[in-house]
This record gives sequence, C-alpha cells and structure tokens, in this order.
Amino acid sequence: MTIETPPGRGRSRPKTSAPAPVVVPPGTQTPGLARRTAPLRREGPAKLTGTALYADDLVFPGAWYGATIRSSEPHARLLGIELDPGFDWTRVTVVTAADIPGDNVVSLIRDDQPILVPVGGEIRHQAEPVVLLAAADRETLREARKRVSLRTEALPAVFDPLASSVVIAEFDLAKGDVAAGLAAADLIVDGTYRVGHQEQLYIENNAMIAVPRPDGGVAVHGSLQCPYYVHRALRRGLALDAEQAQVVQAETGGGFGGKEEYPSMVGLHAALLALRTGKPVRMIYDRHEDLTATTKRHPAIVTHRTGVMRDGRIVAQHIELLMDGGAYTTLTPVVLSRATIHAGGPYDVPNVRIRSRAVATNTPPNGAFRGFGAPQSEFAAETQLNRVADAVGLSPLELRRRNVYRVGGITPTMQVLRGGVAGEEVLERAAEASEFERTRSRTAEARANRTDRDRTAHGVGLALAWHGAGFTGSGEARMGSVVSLELTAEGVVRILTASTEMGQGTKTIFPQLAAAELGVDIDEVEIAPQDTAIVPDSGPTVASRTAMVVGGMVIQASRRLRAEVEARTGRPFADSYRDDARNHGASRIDHAFEPYPGVGFDDATYTGDAYPAFGWAAAVAEVEVDLDTYEVTVLSVVAVDDVGRVIHPVLCEGQVEGGTLQAVGYATIEEIKLLDGRYLNDRLQTYLIPTALDAPRIETILVEAAFRDAPHGAKGVGELPMDVGAPAVVAAIHDATGAWITDLPATPERIMAALSGIDPPEPPGISAVSAPPSDPGPVR
Amino acid sequence: MTYRLTVNGVATETAAPGMRRLLDVLREDLGLTGTKEGCGEGECGACTVLVDGEVVDSCLVPVCQVDGRSIETVEGLAAGAGSAEPGLAAGTTPAQPGPDLGPLQRAFLETGGAQCGICTPGMLMAGQAFLATGQAPTDAAIREAIAGNLCRCTGYTKIIEAIALAAAAEPGPGG
Repeated sequence: MTIETPPGRGRSRPKTSAPAPVVVPPGTQTPGLARRTAPLRREGPAKLTGTALYADDLVFPGAWYGATIRSSEPHARLLGIELDPGFDWTRVTVVTAADIPGDNVVSLIRDDQPILVPVGGEIRHQAEPVVLLAAADRETLREARKRVSLRTEALPAVFDPLASSVVIAEFDLAKGDVAAGLAAADLIVDGTYRVGHQEQLYIENNAMIAVPRPDGGVAVHGSLQCPYYVHRALRRGLALDAEQAQVVQAETGGGFGGKEEYPSMVGLHAALLALRTGKPVRMIYDRHEDLTATTKRHPAIVTHRTGVMRDGRIVAQHIELLMDGGAYTTLTPVVLSRATIHAGGPYDVPNVRIRSRAVATNTPPNGAFRGFGAPQSEFAAETQLNRVADAVGLSPLELRRRNVYRVGGITPTMQVLRGGVAGEEVLERAAEASEFERTRSRTAEARANRTDRDRTAHGVGLALAWHGAGFTGSGEARMGSVVSLELTAEGVVRILTASTEMGQGTKTIFPQLAAAELGVDIDEVEIAPQDTAIVPDSGPTVASRTAMVVGGMVIQASRRLRAEVEARTGRPFADSYRDDARNHGASRIDHAFEPYPGVGFDDATYTGDAYPAFGWAAAVAEVEVDLDTYEVTVLSVVAVDDVGRVIHPVLCEGQVEGGTLQAVGYATIEEIKLLDGRYLNDRLQTYLIPTALDAPRIETILVEAAFRDAPHGAKGVGELPMDVGAPAVVAAIHDATGAWITDLPATPERIMAALSGIDPPEPPGISAVSAPPSDPGPVR
Repeated sequence: MTYRLTVNGVATETAAPGMRRLLDVLREDLGLTGTKEGCGEGECGACTVLVDGEVVDSCLVPVCQVDGRSIETVEGLAAGAGSAEPGLAAGTTPAQPGPDLGPLQRAFLETGGAQCGICTPGMLMAGQAFLATGQAPTDAAIREAIAGNLCRCTGYTKIIEAIALAAAAEPGPGG
C-alpha cells in the first residue's frame, strides 16, 4: 500500500469550536492514525521565531568558558604536562587526568577510551583530550591555551587498516556452501569497493554546559541524542549517584548519529571543570574543533566475489569487509555487526559467506552516523550487483526482480522473513515512478550516438536496500527501556521518555500516537522535557528505533492508562479523564519494553532474528556528467521507502529527503583527507556538503508494509534513504560514462582516472604519511 | 566605541570594540540568540541577518561596519505579523501558543521546512530577502537565493516549497 501526500496539508479546524474528541472504543486498533492528519511540528513555532534555546543560547550567570588541550601526535607516550611558569595560572582552572574522581573512562562498550590521557599514558590519535582549562573570560582562556605544552615520546603509528593488527571486532556469517555455489556458477564477478570517512555535519556543533548542583553533583545541559548515555558516563567518571548526575537536553541542532557518543566526552569535560571551579562551565565547540575531534562514519574496504547463473540467479556471495574503527572501540563492534548483516544486500542467495573485521588505527575514533555501517556495505553490495547485471546482460531492475527477498526468504543469519517484506514493492514503485527502463534506453541510445562534440552525458541508476529496524540482535531486549505516561492531578496527560527531538519529529509524533490511542486532541497531550531527573530511560535515540520501539511503547502505555481510567469512570477516556484526575488524583503508567513475540537472536552463534523487521528502500538517480571536468550533477532522485507505517507524512518525507541528500553528498563530494592521522579538511571551507544548488529534485514515495508486532506497524525511517542514494548515483555515473566508480566519493579525479585508464587518486579514508625531514621524498 | 544600530526597527546603542562580530553583538550584547553560529567563517549561513535589506553573514561583519544601519534578525519576523495569515489554511490552529508567525514562518511550519531548526533563522532571513526582491518564485531562483545557507536535515525540498508558498500567498512588488 502506498500513500500520496499532497502539498499544503495541515490540520484545519475552526479556532473557536471546542476540539472534538475522537472516541475510541477500548480494544480498537489505532483508528486515529487512519485519519492521515498531519499536525504541525510541536516545537516549530519556537524554532521559527528564534526562541528555541540551543545549548549556546542558554544563559547561566557567572559561567566560565572551558577549553580542551589535545594531543597533536597520532601515537605517543605522554611524559608530562608543562604549564608556562610565566603565566598567571591563578585566573585559570586546570584539570588533568589526576583530577578525575571516578574511573578515567568514557563509558560505552569497552573501557578503553580515557576522559583525559594521564601522564605516563598513551596518546592514540591526533585529537585526544589531555588537559582541560576554564577561565572567566575568553581572552584569558585563549592566552592560557598557548601556555600549555605536552612533553611526549613519539611511538610508531598505524594508519592503514590493512596493516593494523589490533582487532576491535570480527564476525563470520555462513549460509549454505559458498565454495560449492561459486564452483557451480556460470559467471564469477569480483569487485573491491572502498569508502572513506563522512562527517555528520549537523549545523549546530557539539556543545555542553555543566552546572554544579548543591548536592555535590552536576547538571549537564547540552546538544545530545542519548541523555542516559551521558548520564551513565557522568556517574562512572565522576563517581556520582543517579540523582547527583543530571542530564538535560537543550534544543538540538541535528545529530545523525554524531551526537550519540561524543556528548559523553564533552559532558564529562564540562562537568569536571564545573566541579573544580564551582561555577557553570560552557564547553561550546567551534566547527574546527568539532570536525577535528568528533566521530565520523567508518571507512571500509569491501571485496565481493559473486557467483551468478546466466538466467540472473545469484547463487553465491563471498564478501570480506574491513572497517577502520579509529583509535578506540566506541560503537565499532555494533556498527560492524550491522554492516556485516547487511553486506549481501536484500537478496535471497543460497550460499553466502561474509567475513568482517574492524581494526584500530591511530586516527580519531569513528562512530555512529545514519545507517550505522549499512551504507558502507550496501554501497558495495549494490555496485557489485549492478556490475553483475552488466556481466550477465540483464537490466539492473530485472536482476533485482530475480533475486530480491520475498516472504519466507532466509537471511545470512538464518532469519526467516515472515512479514512486511517489501523489497519487490519499493523496487517496482521506484522503477515505475522514474520510468527507469525508458530512461535507461534513452541514455543508452545517447551513449551509443555520443560524439566528441557532446560536452555532457546523462545517466540513470538504480539501487535497492534493506535496513534492519531497531537495534541489532538482542540489543533491545537487553536495553530494557521504559516509557511513562502520566495523568497529572491537574488533568494533564504527559508523555515521559528519554527520546530526543533533533529535527526528526519525536515531539510531534509521540503526542500524536498517544492522542490517537486515548481519543483526545493532540494538543491535550504534553511531552515532558528530556531531563534525566524527570524522564525514565527509554533508551538512546538511535537506530531508527524511536518511532518503532519507543512509539510502540507510548501506544501501549496509552492503552493501559486509558483502560485504567475507563475502568474507574465507566466512560470513554476523553470524556472522563479530567474528572478522574480530580476525583482519583494522579495516575502514572511505567511501561517497560516487552520483547517482540517469536523474535530471538543467539549472540554466541550469531544466528537468528537479527532484527524484528526490515525496512526496504529503492532509489533511482539521474545524473549529468560534465565530459570536460567530470563533475557530476545529480538531477533527480526518486526515493521509495517502506517505513511500515507512516505516522506523520510531512515529517516522514522530510526524513527521506534529508537522508537522500546526505547520501548524494556521500556519493559525490564528501571526503576527508588525512595526513599523519589528522583530518586535513577540518573546516567548512574544505569539508563540503551539498547546498541547495547541488541538491537534486527529490520525489518521495512512502510504502507501508506493516511490522505486525508493533502496535502501529512502524519500522522506522531515518536511516533507510542513506543506504540507497550513493549506489544509485554511482550506477547513474556508469550509465552516463561507462565507468564504474568503486571508491567513494565519485570525484571528478576518480571519474577521469576510470575513463582514461590513469592511476586513480589515493583510496579514500586512509591517511597519507608525511615524509620524514631527512628524506626529501621522490622527485617528480 | 558606541555604535547606533536599528535592530528589528528599534533604535539601539551598543558599546563594543569596533571589530567585535555583529553576531556576538546580537547574541551576547543584545540577547538576540535567534541568530546562530555554525562555522564562524561565512560558509554555513546560520548567522544570516539582513543589513539594510542585504543578506550578510553576521559572523563576518564587524560591528563598526554597520554603524547607523538597519539590522533585521529572525526575532523581527514575527513582530507585526498582520491579521492576514497567508500560507496557512484558514483557522488552522498553531501547534502551541506562541508569537504570531509571519507569512514566511507560517509557510515553513506548514510545509515542514524546519527540522532541527538550527539553520532556520538564517534560512528565513535569506528567504525573506528573496521575497522582498519580488522575483518569480521559480525553483531555480529560490535555490540560488538560499545557496549560501546550509541545511543538513531537509534536503532543501520543503524549504524551497515553503518559500514558494509564501511568495504565492503574498506577491512581492514585481510578482
């Protein structure tokens, strides 16, 4: 089923009349959702008038400014920290690892990343925090920064993941017999694909302000995705109890995964300084520091060997995946896990072997970014599939038709796909809406008739992807998330979750879901601030799990509250909840996550239901390639995404459009170059993202193949479009020029190299090494 | 040094070093934190304000350059929003009580042109300057007008839709 979303939608209701409550008989299935209304963004007016308060907008009287002194070497032993004796240090607060009251670790998966490198400790990358400073004014702080020096002893550094022997995580998946499958195949296609770092580039940099609490604890206000990640980090690093550590989300100017883990570091730093000075301390990163130090999308090298029959049936996939985790573990094992499970793409292949490994290098740690490993491995899978189509002489559409998962399909973790399998539907819808085959024959004709006088070439490309909804494996069950719903004594319905709003619409869709379930108007449902002193831990705002998992819990909590109130009043909730609050007082439901029935994953054997459901996405991109400069203009993208259930069409489309453009940037212009493990393009003049002039026309089609075990059927949307954009663009470049680009981004240099047979530029994501001073290097 | 600025129609005097960034004067001296800083080097446009109607990046403008000039920021868009509410279906209830939105702000709210909201103040000012030119609101013209303002959330689709909607509802002098 698909839905169309005409422009100019919005709720239309006379201002004067009382809101008409929707009366929902108990036990009915979310009828409110059938109305397809699109309430306006809850916090929209505040954002549009400049009154929404982001971290740097918050005023705390008497606050000091904080700064971080970082290493400037990729790998070294820290021998000492020197404070210039000629400087008046009484005006400055200095914090080093020796001042950390708790454990010197940024708590996440593995305890390997320190909050500050201790003297005697090991510096593992160029942007590692070592010393913290705070001063009452910026001028003093600026001066003080110059008066700190680090005494170090250099250690040999590793930048090439192929040369690293430090394994962070590895997986090995097998289904069928890949050797036999390859042996029986009519054709074997080999390919190697490489992708580099990508920066999330939220427009608001990381920012935290820590305020000492009277109880000896600290409250941290800031830009973040996961309040309880920061909370846990504060408790551990500062030896605080649950009440003493308080985390409050400020309005957050974008995250995309980039504010999943690093806010714990920034929050710890601000808090250490605040506890030391006894004053609020502002730790507001500028763009340069944010680009230099915070996490990026993991670079990866993926090799494929595919066995295919002449009729287009893929019979074997042997895939090797290598990821560069950077200097510390961070979230890398989980990123690698998702990358591995998605590495074959959405195709039912009888014989599959996927071996993956993530290693450490002396570069800043890589981490979460929209798609979480899947965009890397699915770029490789889809580009490989398009090359297989070429090899067997089938259209990319037809080859996908013959191999895409259908109901009953078995994935490489031996998960049986039971329902909500919409690979075929998104594929057909994308092909139809873009007139893929017709456009493709047109571009083929143009290519055949091309002369030297033609200065541009047009091409069209297709990609298909699947994306596991929510956490991988047993993650959700282990998390044990809680959502609370209150009916206050004043008669206000209030949702309490730790799920953050960072633009995707949490604060609008949660009230929408609760209101529909309770049969009240959306404006009658409030949402509590994301403050750990107020809301329970409903898990991090990641993995496209908010609408699906937490949204489902909001519905279940609403059902429980409704049943409780209606049992007392004997009348529909909407008509009776205010009376109930007056007569009975406040009610509160604390609803804990209940694992989806029949979903099981065995971490030991790495088999079973890797995800409770999958979302499906297809994209068709059209490009124009300049045949003089090899610049690529992405003209249009048709994006078809199966999200299970569309809760809010406008917000949902917004996710697809934004994700599609990030994928277009990944495909064409976004690249980080490194020298000696340091990012060279560490400012916005050199790290480019698409402007409105670079952005294609994006047509979004939403498909709803419901996830039956979620009460509303939603499967999440945020990450889906990120998986298909890049391979669709690269396929279109091939269609236009005949060149397969296997390294992202598809820069003019790479296209030129592929077309003229010259050496390609350096592979993406691997640091260059400066020649030692004594060695003049090769002369050219 | 004391500088005289008209900010959102209000005559203001501010004492600041001449090279202090207009952005800091607005945010820290005048408390107008609606204008945002994204990069500090004129690349992202989050700090866009209008100086005598011209689009500028306030992170690149020292206050001494705008002495005697008229500055418009996002905070000025809602003030004076008239009784007519083009761009929004009649009688539509705002999501929450707040200041009266101007036509462009309403169009952004209606179309979903603001997501995380951090580029929004700058984007609105660029959009406002475009509307004031009275140019035909073609897709190409709108893209050109906001090309100096980066957005990482929307893919620009709904921002362009919002500006076109506001332009259609309230034709400018040439439209």
